[in-house]
Order: sequence, then C-alpha cells, then structure tokens
Amino acid sequence: MEQAEDLSQYPLELTGKNVPMVRFKKVAKRYGSLTVLEHLDLDVAEGEMVTIIGPSGSGKTTVLRTLMTLERINEGVIYVDGKPLTHMEKDGKLVPASQKYLRAMRSKIGMCFQHFNLFPHMTALENCMEGPVHVLGIPRKQARERSEELLEMVGMADKRDQHPSRLSGGQQQRVAIARALAMRPKVMLFDEVTSALDPEVIGEVTNVIRRLVSDYNLTMLMVTHQMGFARDISDRVCFFYRGRIEEQAPPSELFGDPKSDRTRQFLSAVKEAV
Amino acid sequence: MSYFEFLVAHGDLLLSGTLVTAMLAAVSIALAIVLALTAGLMRLAPAGPVRWVATVYIEFFRGTSLLVQLYWIFFVLPLFGLSLDKFTAGFIGVGMNLGAYGAELVRGAILSVPKGQWEAALAINMSPLTRMRRIILPQALVIMLPPWGNLLIELLKGTALVSLISVADLTFQAKQINATTFMSAKAFGTALIIYYVMARFIITPLMRWLERSMARKLGRA
Amino acid sequence: MADWDWDFTWEILPRLLAATVNTLLAAGIGYIIAMFLGLAFALAQRTPSNTLTMAVREAVEFIRSTPLVLQIFFVFYVGPEFGVVLSPWVAGMIAIGLHYAAYLSEVYRGGLENVPQGQWEAATSLNLSTARTYFRIIIPQALPPSIAGMGNYLVGIFKDTPVLSVIGVAELMQTANSIGSENYRYLEPYTMVGIIFLLISLPSAALLRSFDAWVRRKLGMN
Repeated sequence: MEQAEDLSQYPLELTGKNVPMVRFKKVAKRYGSLTVLEHLDLDVAEGEMVTIIGPSGSGKTTVLRTLMTLERINEGVIYVDGKPLTHMEKDGKLVPASQKYLRAMRSKIGMCFQHFNLFPHMTALENCMEGPVHVLGIPRKQARERSEELLEMVGMADKRDQHPSRLSGGQQQRVAIARALAMRPKVMLFDEVTSALDPEVIGEVTNVIRRLVSDYNLTMLMVTHQMGFARDISDRVCFFYRGRIEEQAPPSELFGDPKSDRTRQFLSAVKEAV
Repeated sequence: MSYFEFLVAHGDLLLSGTLVTAMLAAVSIALAIVLALTAGLMRLAPAGPVRWVATVYIEFFRGTSLLVQLYWIFFVLPLFGLSLDKFTAGFIGVGMNLGAYGAELVRGAILSVPKGQWEAALAINMSPLTRMRRIILPQALVIMLPPWGNLLIELLKGTALVSLISVADLTFQAKQINATTFMSAKAFGTALIIYYVMARFIITPLMRWLERSMARKLGRA
Repeated sequence: MADWDWDFTWEILPRLLAATVNTLLAAGIGYIIAMFLGLAFALAQRTPSNTLTMAVREAVEFIRSTPLVLQIFFVFYVGPEFGVVLSPWVAGMIAIGLHYAAYLSEVYRGGLENVPQGQWEAATSLNLSTARTYFRIIIPQALPPSIAGMGNYLVGIFKDTPVLSVIGVAELMQTANSIGSENYRYLEPYTMVGIIFLLISLPSAALLRSFDAWVRRKLGMN
C-alpha cells in the first residue's frame, strides 16, 4: 500500500460558474515504479472537443482509461459534471468510490476503443441495444428505434443484422460509435479509433466524428495520431510528454507556432513519418 | 487413536503399498512410452496396413475403460492359455491404456513440427529415417513434453485400479486398513495425500526439469 | 482355448443392456453435477479474494492429481464415520461429479482467459453489471472454444463409470461381475462390456468432434 493521501484538499463537488464537464485534479497513475500520469491537471469544458497527442508511453491513453474507470488512479481526484468520479462523499469527506457509485457515474461517459471491442456474438443492432435495454432499462421497442437511428447516422443501417466478423474495420468502428452513443453519454472518449484501420477506411470513421462535433453538443476527448484530423476538428490540442501536459493550445496555435521544443520535435518527427 | 498412532500402527503397510505403486507406475511408464512412440510413428506410416494396426490399438484402448481392460487381461486372457501374474497384468493394462493416449500425443507433436523443417531436411538429402531421428523427433519431443506431464499423472492415478485385481498397491493397502480398523478418513485420506505428493512433488517437478533441459539442448532456453 | 458361448451371450445381453442404461445415467448425472460445480470452481478463482482463489486452486489441483477410485472410497466410507450414511449412488455421483468438476473448471478457466480483455472493457464502458457481463458477454464467448475439452470429458466420465462398481453401483461393470460370479463364466460378460463401451464411446467421440467443428464454422472461428 502507498501512503494515504490527504483528500481534504479536494472539494466535495465543483460549484459556481463555468464548472467544467471533466476535471483532472492532481491525478497520478503509477504501475509499480513506472509513473504514467504525474499530477495531471486538465479541464474540459462542456461541449468542448479536446485532442490529446504525444509520443507513445506519454500517458495519453491512460487519461481516457482512468476517465472510463477502467483503471484506478493512485492520487488526485477526477470530477465529471461537477461531481467526483473516482471518489464519493461519505460523512462530509471524500473516500474512494464504491462499485455502486462508479456504476452510477459511468453512465455519463462513453468510449470507443482502438480495437472496437464489439461483442462478436451479437449483431450490429444487438450490440447497440445491449446497454440501453439492460443497463438503462429502456423498453426494447424504443431502444431498437433509437439504435436504428444511430446506425443510420453512422451509415450502418443496412448492416444492422450482421455480426462483427462480417464487417470491415471501419464498419466495426462506426457500429462501436453508435453503440457508445446509444447510452446517451455526456462525455465521449475516442481512444486511437483509427489506429487499427486500413488507410482507405479511416475517412469513413473520421467523417462520423466530424458529424458528431457539428451536430451534437457532446464533450469529447480524443487520442489520435491523425494530426491533420486533430487540427481541423479540435477546440484545443494537448501535447503530452512523460505523463504531463507539455503544451496545450487551440490547434492553429499548437500546430502553427508551438512554444515548446519538445512539441516542435514531436511534430516534425510526425511530419517526416508521413 | 491419534493420527500419529495411526501412522505408527499402519505406516509399514502404507509404505509397502507406496513402493508397489511406484514400481508399477515406473514399469507402466516405460511400457507406455515404448508403445506410444511405436504406435504414434506407425500412425504416420505411408503403408496403410501399418497405420490400421496402430489405429485399431489406439481406438480400442482409448474407447474402452482401463478397468474393463484390466479385468479382461487378468480374468479372460487365462482362458486363452495366457496366465499373467497380477502385477504383470496390472502394468500391461495400465501401460497399454496410457500408451494409446500417448500415441496421439506423439502423432500430434510430430505433425506440429513446422513444414519447413521437413523440407529443409529433404533439401540436404536426408533419408526419411535420419530425418525423423535427427530433425523431427527432437523438436516434437519439446512440443509434447508438457502434455506428457499430465499423462503421467493420469497414469499414476490409473495404477490405483490394479488394486481391484488384488495387486497390493497403495489403494489396496488403504482398503485393507479401512476394512480392519474402520478408520476410513485416516486410511483413505493418507493414501490420497501420498498420491498427491507423488504427482505434485515428484512427477511434476521431474517433468519441468526435463522440459527445461530439453529446451536448453535445442537452444530454446 | 476358451469357447465363446453364444447362447449364454444372448441370455445375459438383456441384463447388460439394462445396466448400460444405468451406466449412461451415472455418466449423465455425474456430468451435470460436474458442469455446474466446475463453473463454480472456475468463477471462484476469479473473485478478488486471494484466499478463496488459492484455496479453490489447491483443491482442484488435489482432486485432479489423485485417483478417482480412492476418492469414491473416501466419500462412501468416510461419511458413516461421522454419522452420514450415503447410498452407493449418491456417494458415487458426488465423487465422480467432484472429480470431473475439477477437470471442467480447468476447461472453463482456459475459455474465460481466452476472451480478450477488450470485451471486459467494452462491457464496463457500457456500464453492464458484473452478472450481465459474465452471462451475456463473457461466457457465450468462452463456451465455444471449450466445447472440444468438454466433449472429451463427457466421453471420459462415461469411461470412468465402471470404477463406481467398487462401491456396488449397479452399472455395467458391476453387472458383469455379478453375472461372472453367478455362472463362473467371465469371458462373455467382460468381453461384451468392452464391446458396449466401444460401440458407445467411439461414435460419441466422433459426433462430439463434428459438433465442435459445426459450432466453430457457425461462429466463423478458425
């Protein structure tokens, strides 16, 4: 066990004007002696699209995974929608969140994975209906209509009765986006959603995400290697280096006139690779 | 009667039973290995009849029960003029039964040696026999050792059935002690623990050691 | 040279066939017990409790490494020592069910570990409950690759039922023993038992193999 952290320094909830949709407050994540996130502070406003870039091992995926509660954090507190996510209030103090509390809070967050992680034994439509019917308790008929709408939106309506093994990577990822949206999350996380795709189908997935940005008032966090895509879609880009934010700025500024040497080095290395 | 007193009173019987079990297992293992290699290779022979003989042996022994086979060897074979003493009948039954399972492991392992190895041996003009002996079998051995570890434990467990044709092995002695003392938990419990120790602390470590040294020989460690 | 007596063979055949039903019954009941108990063993090894995991692991290891015949004796004879008298059938089913539960738990464990981590994460991201995740997402994916192993042990438990004769369960072996000692003829009953076992186990093994292949094809595996 590590030394207990003094949690009283963190507020029980965020109040006042301009409460961010997501707030990382001094969040640390370690695997044994390896520090992945080092006292990370990060706010994401409601409706904002934030993209995280950086070299591999810089902790960018961990930001999403801790936010989805797939991994526990070692220090700090994450807030979602003004309330603590990783902790909960008990007798006026913050304590680590119980499973029950996590379940309640998780409903605000949806995630799409690099390898899609569709359920292989269910059709596209069943994948989308699983959560709404069995977690949210929405009647089947209603869940079905909503899922069909979403599949339509991602351009997969005609494949709704296919199993994932019959779909291309790009098609699977679009179904995965519909599946996550079907849970009506307030925050959507995209974890390298185009990294496992063949180059010619990347566009069909990025186009869906573009539509989400323009048509929905969703808060989004995205980790990607597609610099061009990050540039024209994000409100803000964060460059991660060794578990912390080295630099963050609107995309035009970060890509056009990076302040940090490390950012510059990274961006020129990426440009050469392309 | 305390457990200690129980051990003092019946330890000699349990010990002699353990020795018989160990001996019977050792001879059965030797027989099973010879049969497994022979039948496994025969299954891959080009000549049909050779393959069929092996297939009949394997399917017959895998398709019926060890206990049925033991009874048949011990009670029925004498009717055909072939009388075996119970120890011999016991290890032949156990060895032939587990040899049939082993043959499938041998065959599977040989088939899973990469095709390139067969072709490379052919390319340097090796005879089929040399190729099998020098190139294929050593690699197949490494592949099949882990499942053989499980098979040997199955064999050790199988030897317990020879008690039913009155071989005085560990199970037989436990039954005797139970019949005379009615201390079932102590008698059978002790025997179970002895089998467990033999499987987990003798066979398993021995096989692990064998796996490691074979892997080293092939330069894979 | 022994003479095969066909009249005697026909005479004992109905008794042997009746006993075959008992053998199949014993294998079936034992297997059903093993299927559920084995799942419990496998799931118990996935709880957060390290003590429980270790204890179940050791128990499974112990059951797998010791002879079934001795376990049958143990269950049958130890009960009365503590005032619990079990009938041969009950003791036999407990012992053989427990024995194969240990084997099946290993099959399940392998299947469960085969399900990619991403499936768990997707289930978490959709906020599915633990029970729902297991029964709707994980187990349906763990089952198909386990079918081959489960089939092997189904044939295995069938071939192990003769061991139940040691405590007098009236299955095939026990019946053959009785016939033998009543008539002083062992050739026909023991040979017939062997043939009946072959006639059942070889086709069932082949059937199970094609069932496994069918499931794999159906699910687009391989």
